[in-house]
Amino acid sequence: MSQQLLDAPGRPSKLPDATTPAARTARRKAVLHWIAVHALGVAAALFFVLPFVFLFLTSVMSDQQALTRDLTPNSWEWGNYTKVFDTPGFLTWWKNTLLYAGLGTLLSVLSSIPVAYALAKFRFRGRQLSLMLVISMMMLPPQVIIIPMYLFWAKQLDLSGTLWPLIIPMAFGDAFSIFLLRQFLLTIPNEYLDAARVDGCGEFRTLLRVVLPMAKPGIAAVALFQFFYAWNDYFGPQIYASENPAAWTLSYGLESFKGAHHTDWNLTMAATVLVMAPVILVFFFAQKAFVEGVTLTGVKG
Amino acid sequence: MAGNTLRSKQRRSALRTLAFLSPWLIGFTVFFAYPLVSTVYFSFMKYDGFNSPVWNGLGNWSYVFSDYPLFWPSLGNTLWLVVVMVSCRVLFGLGVGMLITKIKTGTGVFRTLFYLPYLAPPVAATLAFVFLLNPGTGPVNTILGDLGLPTPGWFNDGSWSKPALTMLAVWGIGDLMVIFMAALLDVPKEQYEAAELDGTSAWQRFRFVTLPNISPIVLFAVVTGVIQAMQYYTQPLVAGKVASGIIGGSGQAFEPGYPDKSTLTLPQLVYNLGFQRFDYGAACVVALVLFALAMVFTAFLMRRRGGLIGTGD
Repeated sequence: MSQQLLDAPGRPSKLPDATTPAARTARRKAVLHWIAVHALGVAAALFFVLPFVFLFLTSVMSDQQALTRDLTPNSWEWGNYTKVFDTPGFLTWWKNTLLYAGLGTLLSVLSSIPVAYALAKFRFRGRQLSLMLVISMMMLPPQVIIIPMYLFWAKQLDLSGTLWPLIIPMAFGDAFSIFLLRQFLLTIPNEYLDAARVDGCGEFRTLLRVVLPMAKPGIAAVALFQFFYAWNDYFGPQIYASENPAAWTLSYGLESFKGAHHTDWNLTMAATVLVMAPVILVFFFAQKAFVEGVTLTGVKG
Repeated sequence: MAGNTLRSKQRRSALRTLAFLSPWLIGFTVFFAYPLVSTVYFSFMKYDGFNSPVWNGLGNWSYVFSDYPLFWPSLGNTLWLVVVMVSCRVLFGLGVGMLITKIKTGTGVFRTLFYLPYLAPPVAATLAFVFLLNPGTGPVNTILGDLGLPTPGWFNDGSWSKPALTMLAVWGIGDLMVIFMAALLDVPKEQYEAAELDGTSAWQRFRFVTLPNISPIVLFAVVTGVIQAMQYYTQPLVAGKVASGIIGGSGQAFEPGYPDKSTLTLPQLVYNLGFQRFDYGAACVVALVLFALAMVFTAFLMRRRGGLIGTGD
């Protein structure tokens, strides 16, 4: 903001006559402002980053040292990470998480695209009502309907102890994905669709050939959100998978890891790092799509 | 004849709309409408999952509101979280959003660092914070102690556990930062320039230029924050379990809401009643309370932000 104000008319940012006292004061003020803002930035960065740093430092401490007040490791015990992978079940949790997150994401994106397209581009009676119902579903705490859902999956379909009660519903449109995709599709001008229709494309071909290529950033954002949702989900696996350790996911297993390694904070922190790392790696590769998605949820309309 | 083709055209377009909506129509019926009706039904039944459901009238309702010892404490906790945690998140989110718009050097690096904690999976982040805030040997109390400051019990002290959860929530502020940043960059520059020419102070520019421009986004952040606070589940549950040291098959029962019921929230009660006490009827009563609260704020959100929905025409 200060930069913009300095660039404002009547106050040239390039100061050829920097010798005048007024110009010197202005420049000194700008420098002080820069220092204050960046000092505050560094302080905030420390608040956000230090937990990761302590987490990592503890993950490479020895068993005994992790229980002391020490902040930095005496010897770097990289073997802690191999020990985590050797823990029975840890690789199964990885496999299950990838299945839940991967298949769930694929299904929800595929099933949500046509719904979002209809809500964004078709005119029909009940469209506004449908949209309001989608938003209500999106805002519904999962605990509200969990008793009948659990009875349905466990008693009628006998699928408790697996992750299928979490994956199968994804094939029937996920409310959040529908909403986000619809918001994105609204930004695609109708002229493109009309042109395709004039060329004789049916709605399905229009969606496939014209809309989808233009909607790639929106689809990427939705896929990322869905993947992260499944990766982070704790309540779902707790309800359906807790009775069967072979179906646990990383987020659910991590807690029991702490229970099994009661005093081994170093191993628990190493496992925690291993659960966080993939999400952060994915973020670095897809930062733009992700930030765009966050903005889309709240700002554009 | 012409009317006939028109009608068949309309019918075709209605069928087409139905076809495109069909995945969601099935999902809506099976995973939303049916369980919701079923939840209402079970809230009037005595049901443990083994014996057939028996009509119980308002029995479950009066049990939850007057005899279930965990209901009012968790409603109180939710209120605390709505007031304190949501305000802290919105204020810090706005502050960090403003800071990032003013940082001119290394903006990308700062933005990424500020955003990262938001991505940390909740269970992992909670475990990390229980360790960091470990009263005896955690890094935070080590540093506070070395500085001669008080060292609270954090997740092991009933009056500090919610502030500790608030710190965890403020740490993961990245989503709000991005939303506020976008809103702040949308404020017309001319308004600042005009205000500057009028000789206003920085506070006055914030109060009379920035705030009116971004107030819809602030409202959006507050309302979605309230909805999230009412659904708050994983972090308080995991924090309570890990800090109490009772996880998994150790034989001891976990005291819900450790310490002193201070981390109990409404969604945890659904789990406690339904999956630990097998009182599905009472669990459905709490579920409906949760539903009512969530829908009140969702309705508010939809009314106040017509722009959120848009028409697309």
